[in-house]
Amino acid sequence: MILYLISVGLSVTMGLMGFVNLAHGVFAMLGGYATVTFMNRFGIPFLLALTIGCVLVAALGFVLERTLYRYLYGRSELDQVLFSFGLILVSVALVRIAWGPLAQPIQLPDYLRGRVNILDFALPAYRLALVGFGAAVIAGLWFVFDRTLFGARIRAAVDNRAMAQSIGIDTNRLFAAAFGLGTGLAALGGGLGADVLAISPTYPLQYIVYFLIVVAVGGLGNIKGPFVAALTIGLADTACRYFLPEAGSIFIFAFVFVVLIWRPNGIMERR
Amino acid sequence: MTTVSASPTVHEVVPSAIIRLLKLLPWLLVAALPLALPGYEPLATQVFVMILFALSLDLLVGYAGIVTLGHAGLFGMGGYTAGIFSVHGITDPIATAVCAMILAAVTGLMFGAAMLRTKGLTLLMLTMASAFLLYEIANKATGLTGGEDGLQGVSFTPVLGLFAFDFRGKTAFFYSLAALFIVFIFVRALINSPFGWSLRGIRENDARMVAIGCPIMQRRIIVYVISSALAGLAGALQAQSTQFVALYSLSFELSGNILIMLILGGSGRLYGAFIGVPAFMFAQDLLAKQDPANWYLGQGIILIALVMLAPGGILGIAERVIDVIKRRRVRNGHRDS
Repeated sequence: MILYLISVGLSVTMGLMGFVNLAHGVFAMLGGYATVTFMNRFGIPFLLALTIGCVLVAALGFVLERTLYRYLYGRSELDQVLFSFGLILVSVALVRIAWGPLAQPIQLPDYLRGRVNILDFALPAYRLALVGFGAAVIAGLWFVFDRTLFGARIRAAVDNRAMAQSIGIDTNRLFAAAFGLGTGLAALGGGLGADVLAISPTYPLQYIVYFLIVVAVGGLGNIKGPFVAALTIGLADTACRYFLPEAGSIFIFAFVFVVLIWRPNGIMERR
Repeated sequence: MTTVSASPTVHEVVPSAIIRLLKLLPWLLVAALPLALPGYEPLATQVFVMILFALSLDLLVGYAGIVTLGHAGLFGMGGYTAGIFSVHGITDPIATAVCAMILAAVTGLMFGAAMLRTKGLTLLMLTMASAFLLYEIANKATGLTGGEDGLQGVSFTPVLGLFAFDFRGKTAFFYSLAALFIVFIFVRALINSPFGWSLRGIRENDARMVAIGCPIMQRRIIVYVISSALAGLAGALQAQSTQFVALYSLSFELSGNILIMLILGGSGRLYGAFIGVPAFMFAQDLLAKQDPANWYLGQGIILIALVMLAPGGILGIAERVIDVIKRRRVRNGHRDS
């Protein structure tokens, strides 16, 4: 579910805007750091810290889009890959300088620590909250993209940017906003998942493969795809670790390889 | 993509025979390096191996326009092949290097035939997944590869039965320099052949290449296999010169680093690998001395600056400078006449 939360933001920036953004994990990491720092240093409650973190990172994403990213929209994939890889390295170094090389522990609030009994299963409240958040995000995104003018504009600009611009949509501002949204989602995922995916300076390097896999398998530019992909990959990974522990993550990469050969545009391909 | 410009300026001034001799000069200078700087042979060997590796990547990224984030997979494949052969008693360096090339080429053929159908992000992901797959296999197959500890006990008999790998690394130095020279000649011939030009055509406009009857899928697979074999050779040289194979040689980090080295020098330019690798290693040495975080920061800033300001790398900058000088000279020439 965390994978989904983070990846769907990537799907927005990468799919909708056609930008190969390896640096997505950076924003998730920053979201995590912001949340942890606000909680530990200023004693702000978890949810509020999360919100502040999200807004801050989204604002940072907006600024970066305006200052750097936008010059690279028309450039080759190679340039975009290199640029975002550079961004990863810079962020890893800066975070290491600012917070030190160790992972930051997160103190979950009490109401997320206990267990909740549903029917006969005792489920950890934290995981339940993650699932709830994920569902809310899906619903919210679906609403935004399918039912609001903003969503319609984004879809229009993605399908045909020149045409969208010529009918009076300010695509520059739109893309910056969409980018902010994507990074904000990443920060949300990073902050929420801080207990599952430990927040440390190598975060963007460590997990980038998983985010990219989810997006590539899920297909670019849609909301359902990454959800299905994150779910299948999560399940497959867990099942594989359970039945064939010695195979490690061999299976997951083989699986991704096969899926991508079979459906190069993701499992939810639009025809 | 940037266009490849053969620079005619130098050729117009100096006769080509002298140019040809001059082009040999750097090689001779490098070969004389052990005399000037004794003790630096192992480092220089590393540089040669990486240049060879970057050269193989340049065929893909620079000429065929295939961006890969998993080239280390093939490098490691070659390294492990050579290493495992040697542990099991086949210790002739040239024979194992050839075996490494063949195995890497077969791996490249298997992955390439499947991957090259796709494009863009999917291709990028597939190359990455393929390298991760190999990495995980090597990581888990501890009996064969030594897993995280790396493959130890690798040793080789003397090259051609004459030159033993010595402690100071002199043999490894000349051995890898010779390999690099041969590969360089081969790659230069390849990219100037009709095949090489068809690759550039595919890079620039594949639809048009199909229209004029070029089997682009076949060409792409062939270049992928060639590049794999060369990467495998680089891996084997690495294993032979260091007598050790580490998991790092398959890692995503190496795939990324080699790409950065190539881009830093300038891709699609043949000499890019020769400039980029030493520059990268020098900068790494300089910055990582105090704190590895410094190096990450420097590397990142260099990358962003390269992409933003100098897409052609160091050679790209040089080309532009030459271009400006040339134009100025032409303008002055007009004024004189």
